[in-house]
Amino acid sequence: MDKTPFDLSDFKKFKPPQINMKKLIWIVPLLLIVIFGYSLFFTVSPEEVGVILRLGKFTRTASPGLNFKLPFGIEKAYKVPVERQLKQEFGFRTSSPGTRTKYSSRKYQEESLMLTGDLNAAEVEWIVQFRINDPYKFLFRVRNAVQTFRDMNEAVMREIVGDRTVDEVITVGRQEVATTAEVMLQELSDQYELGIKVEQVVLQDVNAPEPVQPAFNEVNEAEQEKEKLINQAKSEYNKVIPKARGEAQRTIEEAKGYALERVNNARGEAAKFSSVFIEYLRAKEVTRQRIYLETMNDVMQKVGRKLITDEEATGILPLFQFEKGGVKK
Amino acid sequence: MNNIKMPILAVVLILVIVAIGSSAFIVNETEQVILTQFGKPIREPITTPGIHFKIPMVQVANFFDKRFLEWDGDPNQVPTKDKRFIWVDTYARWSIKDPLLFFQRVRDERWAQSRLDDILDGETRNAIAKHLLVEVVRSTNREPVLPEGLVEGEITTTLQEIRFGREKITREIVEAAAVRTLELGIELHDLRLKRINYVEEVQKKIFERMITERKRIADKFRSEGQGEASKILGDKERELKKIQSGAYKKAQEIIGKADAEATVIYAKAYNRSSESREFYRFLKTMETYQTTLSEKDWLILSTKGDFFKYLSSRSGK
Repeated sequence: MDKTPFDLSDFKKFKPPQINMKKLIWIVPLLLIVIFGYSLFFTVSPEEVGVILRLGKFTRTASPGLNFKLPFGIEKAYKVPVERQLKQEFGFRTSSPGTRTKYSSRKYQEESLMLTGDLNAAEVEWIVQFRINDPYKFLFRVRNAVQTFRDMNEAVMREIVGDRTVDEVITVGRQEVATTAEVMLQELSDQYELGIKVEQVVLQDVNAPEPVQPAFNEVNEAEQEKEKLINQAKSEYNKVIPKARGEAQRTIEEAKGYALERVNNARGEAAKFSSVFIEYLRAKEVTRQRIYLETMNDVMQKVGRKLITDEEATGILPLFQFEKGGVKK
Repeated sequence: MNNIKMPILAVVLILVIVAIGSSAFIVNETEQVILTQFGKPIREPITTPGIHFKIPMVQVANFFDKRFLEWDGDPNQVPTKDKRFIWVDTYARWSIKDPLLFFQRVRDERWAQSRLDDILDGETRNAIAKHLLVEVVRSTNREPVLPEGLVEGEITTTLQEIRFGREKITREIVEAAAVRTLELGIELHDLRLKRINYVEEVQKKIFERMITERKRIADKFRSEGQGEASKILGDKERELKKIQSGAYKKAQEIIGKADAEATVIYAKAYNRSSESREFYRFLKTMETYQTTLSEKDWLILSTKGDFFKYLSSRSGK
């Protein structure tokens, strides 16, 4: 058996399959029904609302769920997320949201750097949270509503920051700037018929421009240093003075103690003298002799070297050879 | 018979559909239409949304936007009256008020944007060149709130008073430009300064100024800290001396008083009569002998004295 892969004679035998006209006719209506069905139904998500235009004209809104509309483009449905809180970021971008949000490392300085009222500069990052509260206006009154809203945000923020000093914007005035921005943005949004309700403006990082930041930080550090120096001096004061007061008190108490002792001693000695004196007055000669002899007794015992001389003795030199006791003649 | 009728009917049907198709047009909520016949506009502009009809082939429907439209200018370097060069980036809000006029003057939006560039940039430049920089930046004359720790006058750059302000200047621009845009069938609703920034060299100088100012404040804090600390330490020294000398004085007073009192007591005891004085002298001398004479001392005594009087004779004479 010859097995040739390809033979021209085979080719002639090959005939295209017969198109059964009858069967084909059914495909067309089937297709039509599918297209019809597809353009007949539409779903609206829970946070959305459907805006229906019939032949270009707004006729009704559609609530969340499965809805019908006239097919083949007679009615068109536009879905607008009216319940979802939307957000726009300025001066920065979140690159991946989550529990640990990551921010894009690009600075977006052209959005954040702005002039302050004292003709300095600051870098201001903020977000605006808003909702679409009028879907008709949002869709049909303003072209590029979101971009317009963004431009408006930048203009409003710069107007507010432009009326404040850089210190206000960076520190004490932050909340005020945000609240004022909310009010102004809502006013303008209403004026522009954006159909937007501004919920909140939240400032993020607000700093002096980067090249200037070290100098600003230096001011904070210097302020802290000042506090530190003063506290150190105060604690030094508090360490020394109370202790000195305590010692002063002690000195006085010691003096008082001495005084008491002195006076008491004096009184004691005076009393002792008085009683001895009274006894003395009763027997003067005897008392004198007694005291004299008692004293001499003690003294003689204590004194190491004694020399007893006689009036009639002439030289004392030879007597000095003896250590203790007297010299007998 | 039917065989001929079917295709004829089909052709007629198709023709009718085509006719309707090319005579009807839909205007939606964002659009307005001017019908032109052989290039010439007819009738008033159609602004109501829905389905409308025109003569097919002969009439053409020109669509224009009915919405509020945006214009965003390129940033421009603009000098102020006080010769500061700044980058100004504006945006504006406009709409096609008179589509007929718009169609005649400008034809389509591309041209309109270009004309708006000329008009709005020009008016912006004019307005800014007429005013000082601070007038363009500030809007009100509100007083600044000073953060804690910084005293007024420490910071030399502060909010200067203005006579016009940002709001007034932008209104000026809008008024001047609106007149010109009206000639194009365009209504100008709003114009705002989206961004203002210093030109590069000016920015460098501004930053230097900010740095110098902050350094000065930092130095001031530091020297204030040292000054106050010195004062407190000085107080400490002073107080210390005061306490110590005060205590010393008081103690001496107490001791002095006590000594005086003791002296009085002694005097009263010893000094009551000449006899007591003599007796005191005697007692004291005896005591002194006891305490002052010790082992090391030599004592030279005479046999004539009282002590030894019995040595020479029995009777002590």
